[in-house]
Amino acid sequence: MFRNQYDTDVTTWSPAGRLFQVEYAMEAVKQGSAAIGLRSKTHVVLACVNKANSELSSHQKKIFKVDNHIGVAIAGLTADGRVLSRYMRSECINYNYTYESLLPVGRLVVQLADKAQVCTQRSWKRPYGVGLLVAGLDESGAHLYYNCPSGNYFEYQAFAIGSRSQAAKTYLERRFENFMSSSREDLIKDALIATRESLQGEKLRSSVCTVAVVGVGEAFHILDQETVQQLIDTFEIVKEEEAPPAEPQPATEQDAAAEQASGADQGGAAGDQGGSPMDI
Amino acid sequence: MATVGETQRTLYPYVTGSSVVAIKYKDGILMAADMGGSYGSTLRYKSVERIKPIGKHSLLGASGEISDFQEILRYLDELILYDNMWDDGNSLGPKEVHNYLTRVMYNRRNKFNPLWNALVLGGVKNGEKYLGMVNMIGINFEDNHVATGLGNHLARPILREEWHESLTFEEGVKLLEKCMRVLLYRDRSAVNKIQISKITEEGATLFPPFSLKTYWEFSAFKNPTVGAEGSW
Repeated sequence: MFRNQYDTDVTTWSPAGRLFQVEYAMEAVKQGSAAIGLRSKTHVVLACVNKANSELSSHQKKIFKVDNHIGVAIAGLTADGRVLSRYMRSECINYNYTYESLLPVGRLVVQLADKAQVCTQRSWKRPYGVGLLVAGLDESGAHLYYNCPSGNYFEYQAFAIGSRSQAAKTYLERRFENFMSSSREDLIKDALIATRESLQGEKLRSSVCTVAVVGVGEAFHILDQETVQQLIDTFEIVKEEEAPPAEPQPATEQDAAAEQASGADQGGAAGDQGGSPMDI
Repeated sequence: MATVGETQRTLYPYVTGSSVVAIKYKDGILMAADMGGSYGSTLRYKSVERIKPIGKHSLLGASGEISDFQEILRYLDELILYDNMWDDGNSLGPKEVHNYLTRVMYNRRNKFNPLWNALVLGGVKNGEKYLGMVNMIGINFEDNHVATGLGNHLARPILREEWHESLTFEEGVKLLEKCMRVLLYRDRSAVNKIQISKITEEGATLFPPFSLKTYWEFSAFKNPTVGAEGSW
């Protein structure tokens, strides 16, 4: 990708028929930390790599609950992701108010895609710099969608986005044929292993990843750190020595960046409900 | 409330329909209403269809102002149209339509411009039967049997005694006819042209109108003033 004379405005086509600004927006997604999603017939699992900038700061929240039956994991500009999550929550709750039933995931995803498209056709706007993995359940079963800044959306059996997501995708490509009939536990295990692939050699610990599940009879919720660590331990060969960092941190984190606190960190201290304190 | 144009909001109804009665039965919902449209105390219109199918899964029956019912049908037509335009395999079921109507009715009531109707919404989706009612002030509820207007006072007591889960179609129709007969005798705005419709998983069916047999040879009818000399 090099700079050229057709990439200043989102409303300028290049002679080859490309909108460079939109493509640059998709680059922003590739720079964000990895997010992974996979689904079976009855469950969808989202996992993401959560690395804090420094030892002193908290993690960025990358997984958002949109409704009891829908959740989203983001990669890219997290601020854009938050705004879109707020839009999604608003749409779900309005639909519920009018129709007293759950907004079908497929419709929410189309609305989101149309919203993203608007930003690719207005000279005074810019595309959203965030990719969203939307996980949800509706009458027709469990679904996983990927929404990109271009306004396109695709349904997937399993997918990964963000930096070093190719390693996760390779793992998922090998295993995806079994996912439809996987049990909930196997699905989460596969998500964690895929996350480990994205870490490329670094040790997989519950402090660097966040996992969320939604399924038939199970509302969308983020798993707390202890549960995640236990699941990791079941398949990790070497048991990790490091104590889970949940204990010393909560007090400072709550003061420092209440908005930024992720479910994975606070979960251990908050209890074993499996819900993040930021869950709505 | 508008200061200019008091005539811009509904003050009283003009052409009205009388009761609607509906019950859940084994395969779905059965709904009955007569085909009368009264203009005050005159039974003016005698072929008014007061039960209409909505989308694939629901039936709507209305009593009250007929023009408002037609307006509601337009709203629902648009709703179902947009629902179909998504073309994604999802569809609005009876519960969703009922809730939508509740929002519309309550909203109009808050603006002091009500849709002067009592609506019965019944349907079946994915094997689940649903039957609800909503009226002009936004009161809504679901039940195994519902009725509007005088039907609440005359038909529902019969239904409370005789309704049970797993009524067959024949039993259901007989039960509804019993209710409609009482209404025909006792409701002055009832007309002897009844329409029964059913909705099941397969879809909606509107049966052709028919008349109920009535018996007027009761001795009390023959000499109605025998207990009150001088009255008429």
